Amino acid sequence: MTIAIHTDDLHVYFDRNHALKGVGMDIEMNQVTAIIGPSGCGKSTFLRCINRMNDLIPGCVVKGRVMVNGQDVNADEVDVVDVRRRIGMVFQKPNPFPKSIYENVAYGPRLHGVLEGANGKMRRRKHAKAELDAIVERSLRRAALWDEVKDRLDKSGTSLSGGQQQRLCIARTLAVDPEIILFDEPCSALDPIATAKIEDLLVDLKEDYTVVIVTHNMQQAARISDRTAFFYLGELIEMGETKQIFERPQKELTEQYITGRMG
Amino acid sequence: MLGRKAKEAVAFTLFRGCALLVVLALAVILGYILTGGLERMSVEFLTGMPRRANTQGGILPAIVGTFYLMLIVLAISVPIGVMAAIYLVEYEQSSWMGRVFRLAVYNLAGVPSIVYGLLGLGIFVAYLGFGFSLLSAGLTLSIMTLPLMISSAREAIAAVPGAVREASYALGATKWQTIRHHVLPYALPGIFTGIILSVSRAAGETAPLMLTGVAMSLQRLPDNLFDSFMALPYHVFYMATQSSDLQATRPIQYATALVLLLLVLGMNLFAIVLRKRYRDKYRW
Repeated sequence: MTIAIHTDDLHVYFDRNHALKGVGMDIEMNQVTAIIGPSGCGKSTFLRCINRMNDLIPGCVVKGRVMVNGQDVNADEVDVVDVRRRIGMVFQKPNPFPKSIYENVAYGPRLHGVLEGANGKMRRRKHAKAELDAIVERSLRRAALWDEVKDRLDKSGTSLSGGQQQRLCIARTLAVDPEIILFDEPCSALDPIATAKIEDLLVDLKEDYTVVIVTHNMQQAARISDRTAFFYLGELIEMGETKQIFERPQKELTEQYITGRMG
Repeated sequence: MLGRKAKEAVAFTLFRGCALLVVLALAVILGYILTGGLERMSVEFLTGMPRRANTQGGILPAIVGTFYLMLIVLAISVPIGVMAAIYLVEYEQSSWMGRVFRLAVYNLAGVPSIVYGLLGLGIFVAYLGFGFSLLSAGLTLSIMTLPLMISSAREAIAAVPGAVREASYALGATKWQTIRHHVLPYALPGIFTGIILSVSRAAGETAPLMLTGVAMSLQRLPDNLFDSFMALPYHVFYMATQSSDLQATRPIQYATALVLLLLVLGMNLFAIVLRKRYRDKYRW
């Protein structure tokens, strides 16, 4: 197995609050990795280190290394815009732009344009309309939303139901062609049917992408993930095959959490 | 003792009464000005030059003067106000500097308009040598309306949900792209409200104009930024206090006030239509 994400002694501080305490983790490529743990255990903070979303929070300091495909995302020569293009993120609450469905999906590709050329002479150009149309359709199909919205691409993204909005957000992320997709409790605002659709989609997506999902729903982690990491009070307590974590946890804390005696 | 239902009814009546009071005040003002001013209203009044110490003829120079002032405020106060607001929300939200700026804006909003007039007299008229002119008055009004513009734009920008910003950043947009593609467009309806308030306030001010270049009576229109000018609110003030024959000029006061109201309401209507268009464009 290839390692997609590797962290080493990762610490995060929010002013004086030590939120992540030396987390070292390997996340494998083309797998679904679930991160579980009680509220405030640092699982979302960890996720946001991977695409550097913590940069946006004033007073947040990240120490330690986050290697994505062998490159340190915090290195000086790395462009944060490039990191976020390569590592997509889907949030807890569906957050489509108040624009049309088409514009929601086309926004990312429009931002980045097409990189063309060879022999060190690369340049960016705008997408042609047909190329953009193709990306929008492909992304919506991949997010299992195309059939529901193909006749109303010009309608506002916010007019969709919660589950559809979340799949739109996934399509929007897929449109920029990332390598890794981070999901931060993507189903916590959705009903069970919408949740099931997203879960199916996640399992399906690992074929082409590395998927990392933070969830407070243990059944969800057990259903869809290959590997599971358990966080407690800012530390990685245990990580392993999902089956092993849920059936034969090695650590006392893990067992207490998954059997519902804690958290 | 009142029962729960009676208390409910009292509270409701009280609140409704207060809201109605506002409508009533507006209706009284409008009715008063309409009945007093309509008789004097005519094409000549709107398009003519004042004659015989303003007791006859029209008020075109005052209309044009106030309109120009509004344009200057629009051109200066709005861009500076919006950019300052962007800075306050997007770049200095929780820093020490941001707090100082916010405090400065709030305090600036509380400075009386006559003090702005003195400032304009000192800086624009005298120090920078713009003289008693449209430019000096326009700049003074712009500074005066800036706090209002900044705080309303700031509120509109801060009201754009953080989740939308995150979505944009997560797709690889830069801060500037996020502001230009998302924050500003979604905040525009709120910013238009700020523009309405600011420009209306500037149009109605009298005190700062008296120190920066308003004229009592002109037989011509200002033809450049350094010209002196007439303005509607000052004209009302002048006709009500300085006129040689108060009885004869009273209808002129009313009619002038009516024109000022119509001008401001017209501008507001325009902004409201724009605001509506943007609200419909971005549906949450």
